[in-house]
Amino acid sequence: MGYKMEKHAEYIVEMKNCRKVFPGVVAVNDVSLCLKRGEVHALIGENGAGKSTIMKILAGILPLDGGEILYEGEPFQPKNPMQVLQKGISMIHQELDLIPEMTVWENIYSGQEKKRILGIIDRKAMISETKELFKDLEININPCVKIKTLSVAQMQMVTIVKAIAFNAEVIIMDEPTSAITDREVAQLFEVIDKLKKQNKAIIYISHKMDEIFKIADMITVMRDGSHIATKKASELSREDVIRLMVGRELSNLYTKDGEKSEEYNPEEIMMEVRGLTKYGQFKDISFELRKGEILGVSGLMGAGRTEVMETIFGLRKADEGSICIRGKEVKIKNPYTAIANGLAFVSEDRKLYGLNLKGTIKTNISMAYLKMLLIGRLVVNIGKEKKIVDDLMKQLKVKATSRETIVNNLSGGNQQKVIIAKWLMGEPDIFIMDEPTRGIDVGAKAEIYKIMDTLAKRGKSIIMISSEMPELLGMSDRVIVMHEGKITGKLAREECNQEILMTCSVGGNVNEN
Amino acid sequence: MKTKTMYIKGMLAKYAMYIAFVILIIVLSVVSPVFLTSTNVINILRQISVIGIMAVGMTFVIATGGIDLSVGAIMALAGVISTSLVKGESTTPLMVSLLAGLLVGIMCGAFSGFFISRLQVPEFIATLATMTITRGFCYVYTNGRPITGFRDDYKIIGTGSVGIIPIPVLIFTVIVLLGVFFLNFTQFGRHVLAVGGNEKAAIVSGINAARVKFTCYIISGITSATAGIVLAARTQTGQPVAGEGFELDAITAVVIGGASLSGGSGNVLGSVVGMLIIGVMTNGLDLLNVSSYYQKVIKGAIILIAVLSDRAKKK
Repeated sequence: MGYKMEKHAEYIVEMKNCRKVFPGVVAVNDVSLCLKRGEVHALIGENGAGKSTIMKILAGILPLDGGEILYEGEPFQPKNPMQVLQKGISMIHQELDLIPEMTVWENIYSGQEKKRILGIIDRKAMISETKELFKDLEININPCVKIKTLSVAQMQMVTIVKAIAFNAEVIIMDEPTSAITDREVAQLFEVIDKLKKQNKAIIYISHKMDEIFKIADMITVMRDGSHIATKKASELSREDVIRLMVGRELSNLYTKDGEKSEEYNPEEIMMEVRGLTKYGQFKDISFELRKGEILGVSGLMGAGRTEVMETIFGLRKADEGSICIRGKEVKIKNPYTAIANGLAFVSEDRKLYGLNLKGTIKTNISMAYLKMLLIGRLVVNIGKEKKIVDDLMKQLKVKATSRETIVNNLSGGNQQKVIIAKWLMGEPDIFIMDEPTRGIDVGAKAEIYKIMDTLAKRGKSIIMISSEMPELLGMSDRVIVMHEGKITGKLAREECNQEILMTCSVGGNVNEN
Repeated sequence: MKTKTMYIKGMLAKYAMYIAFVILIIVLSVVSPVFLTSTNVINILRQISVIGIMAVGMTFVIATGGIDLSVGAIMALAGVISTSLVKGESTTPLMVSLLAGLLVGIMCGAFSGFFISRLQVPEFIATLATMTITRGFCYVYTNGRPITGFRDDYKIIGTGSVGIIPIPVLIFTVIVLLGVFFLNFTQFGRHVLAVGGNEKAAIVSGINAARVKFTCYIISGITSATAGIVLAARTQTGQPVAGEGFELDAITAVVIGGASLSGGSGNVLGSVVGMLIIGVMTNGLDLLNVSSYYQKVIKGAIILIAVLSDRAKKK
């Protein structure tokens, strides 16, 4: 296993004093990182800490501004992703770059197709080798299906296999578990274990402590573009890592500590959903949302949680069922009427449904309630807009040089804050938040939780879809659990624990009434 | 230190187009003594006003991520219909003729807009169809013959002037000011940029994206019709073939002006400067006796340079 060291340098990759400057910011400053074969090296840090940037340098996506890189002891200058790939370094991005309309094997070999004479594609060879690669890693996917028919986790496996097909010795995984279920995570870890045994070096970028301690041999922590520490995982505790990441003690991630918010009134129902049904997606969804409560919505991916919430917000049409807000039945035809009825929607996919990435922070924040800023019926009161935007940015601690910063240049946590700020401007009564902390670092997470808690205390009602158990248990006053388009559990905070939530998520019903 | 030079670089890139424009003017005024005379400047402005007016509407369409190929044909139809109403001894009031021309623009814009926003026909296809249909109507209406001999009160729109400023330039200025006002200072303008930046996010934020797009095609229709009226009045003919290929000139001006064809950006003043660069360049090359064949080659090169410098700016 690990004994064939004799011919190799001690480290397969050594990055020494690397530096990267973007206009106005030093993104990576004097960072060194050494990587051994057969080792999982976790790279962690808050968003904006520079970990993606340094990996993009190694992957040849961004040019290096200073320092040097050694590959197997030899100086190595990453020029472009293709050259790096051929050298044996492969990066698996958060946004998986597969071609949906092509088959699994076509994707795995795209860029290095096997050819016979006259350049004719050797289909058979590629299919059988794909099968072989899948077998090695015990992955069960048919190489001949189109990528678009696969789940996110399966696509990830394909990307990993693609890296191996390119003879990758170093595999960089950028937050590989951000969009897959716990069971799929376990599978991914098995694959990573096998890669380790094949003596590959793996760089694992993540925010999730549990995972890191389960899988990593070494941990490197970055903060604000600088290297903070590199240690063996066994020598660090979770608290150590969090402290190193944020540079401060993080005593309690979840601000909510069991006590009811002041305006939490179990009697006062803000919204009541009755028998909401969309054929083929979800059936007979009924629940009520009380004033000042955080209602968690648990379930596995594909349980229909997002679909239900999008229907309530008017993005989809329901086939049956009714919605009452403050005791009055409302007809929500589109987001416009939803907003008019006091709803706000923080979507799961920030970039697709939440933000105008080309726009500034200012135009993003004022997008939903521009009406409030009008002089007459037409003209935007730009002075008032600036003031409100600045206030909201301050209130939510949005970190940016100015309100005119383009949103695309912000970190995930700050982007999420911009979306929340957008809705906050209109003081809606009901927030629907779909995975509000996905892909956000610990520090920003804590801030988002604080914001949610403050909102609830101010009498706002929040529906929070989440796939993270600690988050659900830590933040919710009540939890409803969905499985295959149906509600399989409604639990009060006191009755909740991981086991019960999981039982309901896989279809077991604990609500006997 | 390094950040400071980067800042300067950033500013240079940001205003590259304006700087290029100023340099162009300086160079031309050195090599040609006629260039900076008031007659020549006014001449340039008069020349660019027709396409400039169209480019204002086109800026709105491109800001939503769309494109309007029908503007040249709308120009022609608005021109022939409005001029036909004031032909010879006709007593139709001038206002009626002008409103009829504008109505043509509104209807053509609404036609494209309907297919694009309600039936999700791709912008390129929908406006290509509108262009072809509209051009067809021009020929049907005129039997393929230009309309001439219309009243002087109509011609004044193209030939008259207030002081030394030609009326077409005044109309152009007013439309530019309106364009700047609507795109930069109104709720509608913000919605246009939001829809162009990310239509789905705009919808989630309660913006009626379909209506925003529909309205932009009507705006483009109105500016095209206005340009058509000005052109007919200036050339003193209602030509069914007028404005052939003008759609590309209008798009060129908007693109040189810094708008991205994928939407979400675009500003009216940028498009005006884009138009000015083309106008000044053409004029300068004319003064220097460069053949119009070469002028086309140069214009094409400018488009590429403009887009490349715009990309450098975003990095």
